[in-house]
Amino acid sequence: MSDQPVMGEPTPGGRFGDFGGMFVPETLVPACLELDRAFRDAWADGGFRAELDALLGDYAGRPSPLTRCQRLGDELGGVTLLLKREDLNHTGSHKINNVLGQALLAKRMGKDRLVAETGAGQHGVATATAAALLGQRCTVYMGEVDMARQELNVFRMRLLGAEVKPAASGSRTLKDAVNEAMRDWVATVEDTHYCLGSVMGPHPYPWMVREFHRVLGIEAREQCVALLGDVPDVVVACVGGGSNAAGIFSGFADDRSELVGVEPAGGAAIGGGIPGIVHGMQSFLKQDEFGQVEEAQSISAGLDYPGVGPEHAHLAASGRAIYPSVTDAEVIDAFQLLSRTEGIIPALEPAHALAWVSRERASLVGRSVLVSLSGRGDKDVAQMMEVLGP
Amino acid sequence: MSCPGLEVALRRRREQGGKSLVPYLTGGLGDWTTILLAAADAGADAIEVGIPFSDPVMDGPVIQQANDLALAAGATPPGILDALSGLDAGVPLAVMTYANLVYRFGWERFASRCAAVGVSGAILPDIPLEEVGPWAAAADAAGVATVLLAAPTTPDDRLAAICERGRGFLYAVGLLGITGERDSLAASAKVIAARAKQVTDLPVLVGVGIGTPRQAVEVCEVADGVVVGSAFVRRMVETGSPEAVAELVEEFRSALDAG
Repeated sequence: MSDQPVMGEPTPGGRFGDFGGMFVPETLVPACLELDRAFRDAWADGGFRAELDALLGDYAGRPSPLTRCQRLGDELGGVTLLLKREDLNHTGSHKINNVLGQALLAKRMGKDRLVAETGAGQHGVATATAAALLGQRCTVYMGEVDMARQELNVFRMRLLGAEVKPAASGSRTLKDAVNEAMRDWVATVEDTHYCLGSVMGPHPYPWMVREFHRVLGIEAREQCVALLGDVPDVVVACVGGGSNAAGIFSGFADDRSELVGVEPAGGAAIGGGIPGIVHGMQSFLKQDEFGQVEEAQSISAGLDYPGVGPEHAHLAASGRAIYPSVTDAEVIDAFQLLSRTEGIIPALEPAHALAWVSRERASLVGRSVLVSLSGRGDKDVAQMMEVLGP
Repeated sequence: MSCPGLEVALRRRREQGGKSLVPYLTGGLGDWTTILLAAADAGADAIEVGIPFSDPVMDGPVIQQANDLALAAGATPPGILDALSGLDAGVPLAVMTYANLVYRFGWERFASRCAAVGVSGAILPDIPLEEVGPWAAAADAAGVATVLLAAPTTPDDRLAAICERGRGFLYAVGLLGITGERDSLAASAKVIAARAKQVTDLPVLVGVGIGTPRQAVEVCEVADGVVVGSAFVRRMVETGSPEAVAELVEEFRSALDAG
């Protein structure tokens, strides 16, 4: 497997090195195989690509800007800090790239209903948005705990015409929302597309979702080269399932840039280093000694996922990327730091990437660092007001 | 007393002109080993023992709840296998669980532990044909039958390949959906059973959505037998009583025997 190109196509069985695959009930295997064929066909079709590009431009607002952060860079002691501004996309995060791609693909496959899981609500809002745009029915599963934490996003999804259903089993967070979405799909696979929100799940999702986010990496590379005359020394992104990281890493996979995926300390699947199989994929997984999946614990609902996309597991195993973790306290500091120095309130998820940069500043002085600012912080302001006080 | 393996027992039932009844019971839930023995005595042809997993994506609310109760009571894969050791049920035993518990245990270790405690089959619904290689090799070597599933969505060529690789019996999923009782038998149940019977000599048992003796009889107009889960597990959860579960086994048994 060592001759696989870095961040290229997986094997026909959906393997990135030892990771990935298609561990789903038989009912869903034909749907995954059909999706693989449909995606290959669409991705090779200039008409599909043009339709998606038009939506990404005219509807989602791409390309997103690259912002140089002079004040924060100075405060960190002299880091050339660049932010890829996915927070400025329609719906407020990078998630829109993937859902527009999948919603168009679903339409092409003749499926008029989308089902999705969501953690913080960003993917759910993005899916509800795409469904509204394309006239598709939409059901979003969200953990009961997350529905309480992110009630504004629940309202947004309903406003957009989606049905939001609580995942009331297990830890009642993102992993349970994935379980419920898969159970829904098992029963409705004939007319429903599962619009999975990250680079996880069974093949072809990890690959397909990364390809839909590749635009992030392509733009960022061009923008960095235009600004710096070179690729950045370090590329940093937060990792729950790992979709924004996969998107931005893909732009620099063949460059000299160091790739850093930052996990929450309470949900460090790669950091924990235990391989496992769940939600259709073989990857690293937070679990007990018997293989029961453990709850992730993070201040960020969007990163509360005990697994990680299989390509990240492979990038870690092969040494192409590293996956350190940061604590909630470091994240809270970084959330305030960016707000105060640059006038940008980040979502708690990319605040993880910023927290790593802040912590490792001594080794980053004099270097160029690109951070994927994957989403904006509006959704987190109420939660942070509780943490910090009014 | 030694008992025949899973496939032998189910084939024998078919050769005798009968229909197989395989109740699913949640391992680690209450007095489950006593319940298992009672179900075997009451006329089950084999017993499927569920090993609870934290994220059972193929299972509906009844089995999910039973899983949670068993896990809260401390059920573990090695604990359940240990409890089966020396249990003289007199009918073949199969385990049903999910890939990660077996992967974590180790494919080979799990297969040999199954064989050592008298488990002759395993059903792992999230390991489809594409991924079954490492497990099936370990199971074959240990003499444990790898039961594969076929679904209403499975196309013909794939169905043939599944039947070719499957051992023990073919688990035909009766409907599009997760485990649980339904008001009536889905039309897809007899269709998948008939399609499977055309391409395999393996016993074809329908599971998922078979909740009453009447539904079992109806699907067995075509199928060689049934796997019944939620109806038994619900009774385990609600009564905890070996007699109550045995009574339901008898109802299914007599209905199937009467045809």
